[in-house]
Amino acid sequence: MKELRAHAGFPIKPVYGPEDVAGVDFERDVGRPGEFPFTRGIHAHMYRERLWTMRQYIGFGTPVETNARFKYLMAHGQDALNVAFDLPTQLGLDSDDPRAEGEVGRVGMAIDSLADMEDAFAGIPLDRVSVSLTINGMAAPITAMYYAVAEKQGARADRVVTTPQNDILKEFVARGTWIYPVEPSLRLVADLIEYSAKHYPRSNPVSVCGYHIREAGCTTAQEMAYGLAIAAAYVELMLARGMSVDEFAPRISFNFTAWGKIFEEVAKFRAGRRLYARMMRERFGARNPKSWMFRSLIGGGGSAFVVQEPENNIVRGAYIALAAALSGAQTIALPTYDEAYTIPSAKAQLLALRTMQICAEESGAADTVDPLAGSYYVEALTNEMEKAIQAELAHVERMGGIVEAVKTGALQAEVARQAYLFELKLVSGEIPKVAANCHVGDAPAAADRDVEVYAFDPKVVEAQTARLAKIHRERDDRAARAALRRLSDEARGTTNLMVPIVEAVKAYATLGEIARAMKDVFGEHKEPVKF
Amino acid sequence: MKVLIAKPGLDGHDRGAKVVAHALRDAGVEVVYTGLKRTPEEIVQEAIQEDVDVVGLSILSGAHVLLARRVVDGLRALGAGDVKVIVGGTIPPRDVDELRKIGVSRIFPMGTPLPEIVGAFTRPKETL
Repeated sequence: MKELRAHAGFPIKPVYGPEDVAGVDFERDVGRPGEFPFTRGIHAHMYRERLWTMRQYIGFGTPVETNARFKYLMAHGQDALNVAFDLPTQLGLDSDDPRAEGEVGRVGMAIDSLADMEDAFAGIPLDRVSVSLTINGMAAPITAMYYAVAEKQGARADRVVTTPQNDILKEFVARGTWIYPVEPSLRLVADLIEYSAKHYPRSNPVSVCGYHIREAGCTTAQEMAYGLAIAAAYVELMLARGMSVDEFAPRISFNFTAWGKIFEEVAKFRAGRRLYARMMRERFGARNPKSWMFRSLIGGGGSAFVVQEPENNIVRGAYIALAAALSGAQTIALPTYDEAYTIPSAKAQLLALRTMQICAEESGAADTVDPLAGSYYVEALTNEMEKAIQAELAHVERMGGIVEAVKTGALQAEVARQAYLFELKLVSGEIPKVAANCHVGDAPAAADRDVEVYAFDPKVVEAQTARLAKIHRERDDRAARAALRRLSDEARGTTNLMVPIVEAVKAYATLGEIARAMKDVFGEHKEPVKF
Repeated sequence: MKVLIAKPGLDGHDRGAKVVAHALRDAGVEVVYTGLKRTPEEIVQEAIQEDVDVVGLSILSGAHVLLARRVVDGLRALGAGDVKVIVGGTIPPRDVDELRKIGVSRIFPMGTPLPEIVGAFTRPKETL
């Protein structure tokens, strides 16, 4: 019989039985949904009371174009937004910066100033729609712009629900939108968490991401372990500021992937929830049950998808949606079938939304809480995953802790090593991909001739730079410059930078100017290049 | 054979670049990796300083045509036009011809099997 292994590395037996769960104390380790340690889910009735939020990742071109796509998907039943910004925005470069050439509006929408954010959310009531902002190095100014737009709309601060990703540690490991060195980057993360906890009590000012590290190549167990280690690092950061854990921990959220082997993914989340609950209660002394809850967006994982016969990715997406639902996701976002080619077309995005809706409404996956609980296999696998995650957490400690491992590049090197091992398994066929490394037809698939692919419109750059020039002409330049000076001055001290950032944003200082005002003080990150 | 694997532009996705660098190293090729967010000018400089035979650019952001042109032109301008340039990443099929016209020797769009990429780098340079 062929030997099989989980992506986490441990072997999978052909049959599981009562002996595999003999050591499980169901009361202690599994418990009831909505109760510590939340193995079965963070709510007692899960989807029977509230279905997961459907939140496709959207953004391209100008804010006006993106606004139209937001409304298109909302008209088809998407109930929340998940915003993609272009790379210059993510890196704090204005659209007219020479380094932004060729990248404006490409992989997300371009934002240069508050005026762009006003366009992006025109006609979308920010006291009723929850919005995730996939922004990290520039999370503080972009969220400040978001709060300013909400304020202009007349939304009450305690009704604003936004989730800036604001997870810079994972950016150093994967995804790469770091700007400043590690320490000032962490300060900005903490400034946004602290400011939001005080002024926007329903915002989720950090979304800790295992997702992107997995996409960069790590295993399932590492994805969860690194996410938990990063969350712990942020908790320690806030405690060091003198906040009590229950002041901010209830609003910590997570972002993970669910592609791969369905049961392993479910086990990963069940194990992750109970490890997080125990960590928050036992290690950090949190008393509020909301501080113990691992609330997660469970996303697709574009690396599950292949370029060959792209429509097969629709089927893969459906399995991912099922895995996410069975895993107890609070929010689901799916990759689109054209993801291997470019950013999604409107058609592909609607198909992904429909896939989630079919899973929710037709499949029965949402009928009852944690339907796989009590399965010999899934309970045994949950224990195996817990052990594997703990082993990876211990490995992080041996690297000097997560922050040190990121600074030295040891963690990046480990993720790259895993990516290489994974690739070798694709080459050998040990990890099968239909129509790519197994069941490959005689005639190679007709590439993108078969599918409608999003085509970038180069006119975006002109429109965006013209808008930026208009802002420079029309704003009160003295007020903008004074705000930027104050930001630089305060960056040299230790006060919360959200205050001067909000002031600068409202004076229509551009994102590039705000980023530079801090760069003058913080300097730039020097990447430890290892592979 | 000495190779520079480079990440030009703002794209921060380095999984592919590092996997290829790893595989080349295992295949006995001398590999230098630039790290993220290098400008085309920095890559040209490093290629010349390191005296490499081939530059492999990895680009997933969609800005591949502009960035590849700058690297190819930059190498030529500094008298290093004999350094071959290979591009990999999220390259839609419709852009392959344009990259060839610019002077890119080989293009490896998404989905290219790793052995094919390694094979190209380990062949005699003249056959690229």
